[in-house]
Amino acid sequence: MKLTRTLLTAAAAAMLASPALAAPLKVVTTTEDLASLAREVGGDKIEVIALAKGYQDPHQVDPKPSFILAVSRADVLIVVGRELEIGWLPALQASSRNAKIQVGGPGYLDASMTVKILEIPTGQLTRAMGDVHPQGNPHYWLDPNNGRKMAQAIRDKLSELDRANAATYASRYADFDKRLAAAEQRWDAALAPFKGTKIVTYHRSWPNFMERWGLNVMGYVEPKPGIPAPPQHIIDLITDMKAQKVKVIVVEPYWDLKTPNAIAAQTGGKVLVLAPSVGGTKEATDYISLFDYDVNTLVTALKGV
Amino acid sequence: MLRFRILAGLACVSVALGAPPLAAAQTPATQAAVSPAPPSADVQQLRAELDRLKKEFDAVRQLYGDRLLALEQQIGRLTEGPSTSTIGSAETTVTPSTQAAGQAPQPPQPPQTPQEPPATATPAGSSKVFNPDTSVIGNFVGVAGKNPYSTQRPLELTEAEVAFQAIVDPYAKADFFLSATPEGLDVEEGYVTFTSLPANLLLKVGKMRAQFGKVNTLHTHAMPTVDRPLVTENLVGGEEGISDSGMSLSHLIDNPVLFLEATGEVYAGNSAVFQSDERSKLNYVGRLRAYRDISEDKNIDVGGSVAFGPGQVRALLEPVDIPDKQPVTLNKRLIGVDATFRYRPLRRAIYRRLNLRTELIWSTQDRPDTSATTSFGFYGLGEYQFARRWYLGARFDRSARVMDSHANDTGGSFFVTFWPTEFSQIRTQYRFTSYAEGKNANEFLFQFNFAIGAHGAHLF
Repeated sequence: MKLTRTLLTAAAAAMLASPALAAPLKVVTTTEDLASLAREVGGDKIEVIALAKGYQDPHQVDPKPSFILAVSRADVLIVVGRELEIGWLPALQASSRNAKIQVGGPGYLDASMTVKILEIPTGQLTRAMGDVHPQGNPHYWLDPNNGRKMAQAIRDKLSELDRANAATYASRYADFDKRLAAAEQRWDAALAPFKGTKIVTYHRSWPNFMERWGLNVMGYVEPKPGIPAPPQHIIDLITDMKAQKVKVIVVEPYWDLKTPNAIAAQTGGKVLVLAPSVGGTKEATDYISLFDYDVNTLVTALKGV
Repeated sequence: MLRFRILAGLACVSVALGAPPLAAAQTPATQAAVSPAPPSADVQQLRAELDRLKKEFDAVRQLYGDRLLALEQQIGRLTEGPSTSTIGSAETTVTPSTQAAGQAPQPPQPPQTPQEPPATATPAGSSKVFNPDTSVIGNFVGVAGKNPYSTQRPLELTEAEVAFQAIVDPYAKADFFLSATPEGLDVEEGYVTFTSLPANLLLKVGKMRAQFGKVNTLHTHAMPTVDRPLVTENLVGGEEGISDSGMSLSHLIDNPVLFLEATGEVYAGNSAVFQSDERSKLNYVGRLRAYRDISEDKNIDVGGSVAFGPGQVRALLEPVDIPDKQPVTLNKRLIGVDATFRYRPLRRAIYRRLNLRTELIWSTQDRPDTSATTSFGFYGLGEYQFARRWYLGARFDRSARVMDSHANDTGGSFFVTFWPTEFSQIRTQYRFTSYAEGKNANEFLFQFNFAIGAHGAHLF
């Protein structure tokens, strides 16, 4: 009898404590950067799936039905926002049958709401400017301080949905923040000698990165976002690079290297494939190692020219 | 003290309202000075006093009115803007204790509840924020060469499609596609999608293209070719297809192996394929779709569809003699099987992709003499992207006709598409068709497709 009562009490206690034993929160992120930040904050309290790969152009993602499945099971959907995913995410949300992760739903988090956004266009916008983003440049995660703010937003969202583990999220965030701050000192020191150096990038993926470390993007291989370069643009770019002694062309891994290589051959410069995202290269396994890779690669290249 | 406050208030109001009220707020002394000579000093004094009091009263009223207005605006901002204020306060550290409580700081509750900020506080154009995403797509088609069965004009803006899309409320989104063609303006699709239903259900209500196979769901501008396959023309209603008013309920069958979706639809029976003249006779469509990633860059997508309903077959039976020439309503069944293989290397997604697709369709049409005609048709299509803006493709077509299973038309096409950007495309197509009667057609088609407005979803 006593044993039965003890067992019942134990069972009741177990049931009451069930939130703590609850299945991990299912988090779906649109990119691997967001997934990495979510892992930093969530640890083993969450399960994370990233839809787009780091070596993939995040504008050009297919809304595959396998993604619909992932989104349909998600408790939280974290997006880059600023219309980066406009071509594919709305279709996934609409087909997901998941009320939680619809825009405005409790499990929907647009990570761009607290960060510093650059290149917000002013004046009249037309598509003659190429595939411009009316809400500013969406490649904002390439400034570690924005990464910190994104991690805070993720911490707040996870804590809101999973109060039982809020303390864990807070302490994991604090730990990440500390490691990030230490890494930032490292990166700042490494890039400090190159402040003001002029470089060329393929797409406008790097404004936050370049601004953070005082590098000066003097031109783009693409004349306008999403528009392939006509020969005259390349000729002008080569002339400008020669005149201003610009030696480094930064390219994302998903672009064809033929044009950048041709420019480099003409200007005596070098093409540098940097990772725009976690997973963009095998060394960039998480948010901090992404910057480790990019900063080290850039520093090595800038020293060599 | 009160006088001072009133004067200060007057000054505020004057500043707020600009110069003319300043003149009105002149002191009684100056006013008296500019007034004509009084008939009696007492009366004059009383009148001046009365005027002064009236002005003071007006000023006080104005002052408090303004203060109230400012308060209302402030309350309005507080009540509507908790999200923006939390955006600003991103640096706030969430301590374990506040997290455990899990309570975001509530915005201060207004003592009274003036629900809406005054009209003057509304930012200009804020209502436009809720305007739907709007886009217009033009489809211009040209054709050259001979085809004894085609009435297609040599040059034509075949369609201007206007799309409006927006989220209705937390539970639904809506899509409208209005299609203006040389025949007139038509609602090509207009439906609401309920995105927040339980049990993995998705409900669409309105007018829409039925989920029968692949081609039937595609708008003309979204086709990989200028035209639609012969089997669609012969058996599934051509350009218009099965597009009708009805309801569509689909269920995502969650399982660890593949994406599996079952869809059931019911339509009024007012499309190019099904026509009903009785409320009780409707058109039903069912589809089962399975999809699986083979690897990150390859996937396979297969589906089976059925459609069943009444069709009016007078035109189809001619020249068979029907005594009173009234249309006869007879049942029709369609069965379709489709398969798509896609390859798109993720690192080179901008430059390469391959799509292979086939659709097989069986149409069974009841005849007046209780027999039935089962006709078969299919197409096979391949499209390869060989450069950033260039696609090359080919299609093979073969299809019988609804009332004649032996009258097989056969065709083949080659097509090249150039995409200047994702908002426009230029396509050329060579098409050969051999009709069952033994006549051949050789045609050269070209198409300009261009979109303005909101950025639509990529096709998959």
